Amino acid sequence: MIKTFGKVTFVLAFVLVFTSCFNKNSPNYQYMPNMYESVGYETYEAVDNGLFPEGTEALLPAENTISRGYMPYEFENTLEGKELARLQPSPLDSLQKETNLAKGKELYDIYCAICHGNKGAGQGTLVKREKILGVPSYDDVARNITVGSTYHTMYYGLNSMGSYAAQLENEEELWQVAEYVMQLKEDLTK
Amino acid sequence: MKKVLNRHLFTNVLGLSLLLFSTSFYAQEEAAATEVVAEEASASGDGDPVKGKQLFNQNCAACHALNRKMTGPALANVETRLAEDEGLDREWLYTWIKNSAGMIASGDSYANKIYAEYNQAAMTAFPTLSNQDIDDILAYTAAPPPAPAAATATAESEGGSGEGSGGISNEIILGALVLVFGLLVIMLFLVNNTLRSIARANGVVLEKAKAEKRVPIWKAFAQNQFLVLVAAIFLLLGSAYFAYGWMMQVGVDQGYAPVQPIHYSHKIHAGNNKIECKYCHSSARVSKHSGIPSLNVCMNCHKSIYEYTGNPEGPSAEDLANGYTNEFYTGEIKKLYKAVGWDEENQRYTGETQPVEWVRIHNLPDFAYFNHSQHVSVAGIECQTCHGPVEEMEIMYQYAPLTMGWCINCHRETNIKVEGNEYYEAIHAELSKKYGVEELTAAMMGGLECGKCHY
Repeated sequence: MIKTFGKVTFVLAFVLVFTSCFNKNSPNYQYMPNMYESVGYETYEAVDNGLFPEGTEALLPAENTISRGYMPYEFENTLEGKELARLQPSPLDSLQKETNLAKGKELYDIYCAICHGNKGAGQGTLVKREKILGVPSYDDVARNITVGSTYHTMYYGLNSMGSYAAQLENEEELWQVAEYVMQLKEDLTK
Repeated sequence: MKKVLNRHLFTNVLGLSLLLFSTSFYAQEEAAATEVVAEEASASGDGDPVKGKQLFNQNCAACHALNRKMTGPALANVETRLAEDEGLDREWLYTWIKNSAGMIASGDSYANKIYAEYNQAAMTAFPTLSNQDIDDILAYTAAPPPAPAAATATAESEGGSGEGSGGISNEIILGALVLVFGLLVIMLFLVNNTLRSIARANGVVLEKAKAEKRVPIWKAFAQNQFLVLVAAIFLLLGSAYFAYGWMMQVGVDQGYAPVQPIHYSHKIHAGNNKIECKYCHSSARVSKHSGIPSLNVCMNCHKSIYEYTGNPEGPSAEDLANGYTNEFYTGEIKKLYKAVGWDEENQRYTGETQPVEWVRIHNLPDFAYFNHSQHVSVAGIECQTCHGPVEEMEIMYQYAPLTMGWCINCHRETNIKVEGNEYYEAIHAELSKKYGVEELTAAMMGGLECGKCHY
């Protein structure tokens, strides 16, 4: 009787040992780590060979360089710059307006609607939940937003709003969102 | 596991709806009470703080708080403070609010001082606000109407007890079951013993005595070759099964949930606040990697959100049990401020930053190629298809096994999205004719070719 008990516990312990090998705080074993792990640096990999200033593979672009396809923005991040930008028209092809607006809506719903609301009335989820307050409606007369000033605001940010130039891929996407914002403003003022 | 999760979800939802119901009920009473206050206030000729609060939240709260510096100065008792410290009256405030830029340009000394003090962040002009509106707002800053704290507190305690009892009752049921089971075992022993003693008393020879003459069972077993053979086969099959299972999980990190340097809750961000995945992981749209968002993306919101106030109904019993209190989450936001070098006091960046050493969870082996943008933007697959219910994860874990079989399976079953994709039109027409089907799967488009992922 005791012997069988011993055997059963042995088998159970055996099974337990093999199934409990996986600790969810550390990655699992690998068969051939040198096939799994990259020889080159992996994205965001921590590297402590002294070659990287912050100890990580992720680096800022070298100084005085620009990324491929980068176009300089002519207006400065000042009030005067914003006023000048106000008059700038959208450079996007007006014949492609529908495609641009569709793409703009898609991007707007991801990046802007969380605060500004799907209709641009300043009633996004975060505002409704009172996490962020005081988000203005696009039809606010005093602000009198234009496609150029919207672009400027997205590019540099304004007061509490941060810059969205990093999250949107390129100038084209920024302009598509700006055009869609103007569309929302039009719908609101109607 | 999944079922248990769902059950919790159900009770949570139930509790939540009850709470909502009760708070709305309280809110109505509260509104009625404040209306009375408002009437009294307007009767006295001053601004109306209730209306003022609404206007304040709509127009000012983006940059101002009552007791805290934000983009602009704290505004509690702004009127009296201005009058005492600077000798400025309400007229000055009217002009300032309606056209601050004009005042700065006209050379007003205090206007220029405050403009310089706050990093030259220009205050938006509010010409649409009437003097009465501004009076209301000033009345609110002077004496904000009491928050309906009592109502929410009672609602919280109700909700807490309700959910708590749900959790306890489960434990009680389990405990009771264990107790009953234990009692049954004891009773069985007792019955057995009494029966034996009765049998002995009646002079019945117990079988045990007879058994001693027989061959021991293991010997009988060893002598029966057929049984030995069958047992051996079963033993081998069984161990092969376990060995196979163990070997198949080597290199699979499903369920991997490392401790991160900042406790970032996807449940709060993507679940409660419904922020799009791509808001933070914006590179998933356009690049191979779904990058870890840089801290400026966090600061888009956390410049304004400096503390965690939780759900309106307060932290759930489950969160409290895990130590996820409001203070805990606020502490995590402070960790973010430290890493990004944000000086809360002066509302500006110090320039002293340090990288957050996030621990990578999803990691494909080096010999497999995977591209996020192809799946997210071209195929239009939901993030949750591979990453699971992220919006419910308090602690992020790897949901899918990320094995080759798992990839292949999805490629076999998923139809490709052709709408709005000119690139696929011609090849889709050709291939659907070749295979004689309406909808092509990813596999038919070459999604199983070795070189697509291994090269």
